[in-house]
Amino acid sequence: MKRILLPMLVLGALAGCQTMGVDDKEAAIEDRSTAKPAATAADSSAATSGTSGQSVSGATMGQGDPRKDPANILSKRSVYFDFDKYVVKDEYRPMVDAHAAYLNNNRNARVTIQGNADERGSREYNLALGQKRAEAVRKALAVNGVQDGQMEAVSFGEEKPRSTGTTEADYAENRRADIVYGDE
Amino acid sequence: MRSLTHLFFRVLLPLAICLFAARAHAALEIQVTGGAASRIPVALIPFQSAPNAPTPELTSIIGQDLLRSGQIALVATAGSQQPVEPAQIDYGVWRGKGADAIVIGQVVSLPGGRFEVRFRLMDAVRQTQLAGLSFNIGPEQWRAAAHKIADIIYEKLTGIPGMFSSRIAYVQKRGTQYELRVADADGQNWQTVVRSREPIISPAFSPDGQRMAYVSFENKKPIVYVQSLRDGSRRTLAAFKGSNSAPSWSPDGKRLALTLTRDAVSQVYLINADGRGETRLTRSDAIDTEPVWSPDGQWVYFTSDRGGSPQIYRVSSRGGEARRVTFSGGYSVSPDISPDGKYMAYVRRDEGRFRVVLHELATGQERVLTDTAHDESPSFAPNGQLLLYATLVNGRGVLGTVSLDGRTRAKLSESGIDAREPDWGP
Repeated sequence: MKRILLPMLVLGALAGCQTMGVDDKEAAIEDRSTAKPAATAADSSAATSGTSGQSVSGATMGQGDPRKDPANILSKRSVYFDFDKYVVKDEYRPMVDAHAAYLNNNRNARVTIQGNADERGSREYNLALGQKRAEAVRKALAVNGVQDGQMEAVSFGEEKPRSTGTTEADYAENRRADIVYGDE
Repeated sequence: MRSLTHLFFRVLLPLAICLFAARAHAALEIQVTGGAASRIPVALIPFQSAPNAPTPELTSIIGQDLLRSGQIALVATAGSQQPVEPAQIDYGVWRGKGADAIVIGQVVSLPGGRFEVRFRLMDAVRQTQLAGLSFNIGPEQWRAAAHKIADIIYEKLTGIPGMFSSRIAYVQKRGTQYELRVADADGQNWQTVVRSREPIISPAFSPDGQRMAYVSFENKKPIVYVQSLRDGSRRTLAAFKGSNSAPSWSPDGKRLALTLTRDAVSQVYLINADGRGETRLTRSDAIDTEPVWSPDGQWVYFTSDRGGSPQIYRVSSRGGEARRVTFSGGYSVSPDISPDGKYMAYVRRDEGRFRVVLHELATGQERVLTDTAHDESPSFAPNGQLLLYATLVNGRGVLGTVSLDGRTRAKLSESGIDAREPDWGP
């Protein structure tokens, strides 16, 4: 839980700057067939206008890479999911939006979204569950205008657990998608 | 230049990560935990041995094979006469012990460190010979000879071809190292096909047993490779955008079904064995994965959560509407179809336990075969009479076999290893 609370506190300060031009439900959907190019384009402009807070925070960093600065929201990369849920929760939206803004401002930047799953059940089915989580984050970035060519959603399934225990807390830790930049 | 690059990536690199040194290893435990009422009683009399013969004794390997099948019982032989030739058999003694069949044999040393192995299978009631063979073998063929003899005995007594000379594949994790291995059907005599610091899952023998498809994470995402088991050369089968996984060979070996996410959600596709001509087979907005072919090539069974929970469905291999197959649980995954097309094995979760279930396709009748809690990846033997699966014992992955009646379970386990993802090959 600690891991989740800290980013939330950081996000609180930035929340005032966020213009959520994206309908939450739209961004959270699991149904890929409803993603229409037109909607993405429309959302894109709204998302860009909502990134002013991010560029300010980027400027205060000076020359450093904002993605590496622990005080910058861009250093946060993990989106956690509830059991059997594949929706990016509201608490992660400012972080996802910040990464979308970064990617929009840096068209050469590339990210892989790595989905994970807890260890219970079939390895291949868990691979698909991890993919579903990665895809939810990818979609949230896409509706913020990030181009398809900048992103790849992949899954590690249950194969690379961050937490190797068998308690509910361990499983929750592994129901996760991570945003990883190509130059890292 | 291009050909050099080609040579490196297609030939040298794969060879570098392949080890083909066969190794004989410490004994696996075989625990037969039950047995059918109608097992055929056999007197397997220890073969007359020869100096410098390898260990363990041939009859020990043969006996474990036969016991694991669940269809044969062994009559106690200690303290009784140990005939080598048919004329020496006192049939009254062996009938008195309940034996329907008697196996006798001997090992003779040959020049050059080789051995001649002779054996005979006798009908204890009719007092006639059912089978008799001799093998001229090197010491490295010791276990193979034992499995061959077990196959002959099994087929003569049951009328069903044996499976003891077939091979299995599995993934072993040791520390941070993953190894894809091929072994004899009893888990012994393994060879490493690929070794990697990243996970390997879902190995699948081609129908002819010459190639292996599998999923490797060595390139930071799941990619499907096909590797020759003869020379170790390897090709990428599917490295599309997103995840590539769950390969399953068509019965003719020309195509594979697999799971791709390049059109977003995990869906089942068909692809030619050369990695070309991929076509989408399932069309849902849910997870479709773990495809497996019916033996006649007509159907592809797969796991889907389109109904809200993971269940097994089937679709024509030519496409079309999918039909749901499992209804008995809230979590039903990892189908495999028996070689005769009559049964499906899969893993079902009941009250938090994941166990292997046998499902008769014509009637939908089901039987839970195992008594463990973390079973995965059931795979039919080539003769359809046993299932191989992975489970956890004391937190460690072990391989097990179970007969179709669920009464005979054996563990193929080696101390210190963590085995998973088994596939039973030809």
